[in-house]
Amino acid sequence: MREVGDIVAVRQQTRQWAGEVGLSLVDQTKIVTAASELARNAVVYGGGGSVRLELLENGVRKGLRLVFADQGPGIPDVERALQDGFTTGGGLGLGLGGARRLVNEFAIDSEVGRGTTVTIARWS
Amino acid sequence: MERIPILRLGNHLLVSIQVDLHDRLALTLQDDLTSRLAENGARGVLLDISSLEIVDSFIGRMIGNIAAMARVLDAHTVVVGMRPAVAITLVELGISMQGVRTAIDVDDGMRLLEAETAAEAGNVERPPL
Repeated sequence: MREVGDIVAVRQQTRQWAGEVGLSLVDQTKIVTAASELARNAVVYGGGGSVRLELLENGVRKGLRLVFADQGPGIPDVERALQDGFTTGGGLGLGLGGARRLVNEFAIDSEVGRGTTVTIARWS
Repeated sequence: MERIPILRLGNHLLVSIQVDLHDRLALTLQDDLTSRLAENGARGVLLDISSLEIVDSFIGRMIGNIAAMARVLDAHTVVVGMRPAVAITLVELGISMQGVRTAIDVDDGMRLLEAETAAEAGNVERPPL
């Protein structure tokens, strides 16, 4: 992901995989929306980055995991960045906290000066 | 440059988003609609989002901005056709769409716009108390 136009490609790829995993329409919509928020964060705040998609299997349950990684400035205060309304970019400040609410698993690892990795997963 | 068409329908502007809405396209639409409202003096904006598979915080903000700018330019905005899965996701994301009128489809939305502009016209003619 290098520029905001790439966000659409991330959405489309996520939608395709979410469908193949067998997520319900609502769950597909949730993880695609979360992916859109995180892709935009990586491009706008992280200066671009990568996303890795992983198919998950646990017995009969299937899931989709997405790992967003950037080498941007990092987030000094992750707890604060997760709060609704917190923004440094003039947006609504719902991206990170909102993405967390839309998935079953959420992890964030950020180091100032090194970059940020956000991992999300949604299970069927 | 890629653009979303804005159609004039009587006193209203109709926008039906039929493509995956990337960020720049959303901003262009916001600007185009504002210009058209100012040029034509349209009274209403009907925004059909039935083809949108998702509405994230960026698109949500665009919709809110369009409604706010239309209001300043003396026009009403009605958003129609939001998919149920999109509505569920929007609420969990934390977007309230406050101040944005919604209707089930274009037909209902147009009736709502007509009713609102008619009510406003009525208000103007009412004698002062």
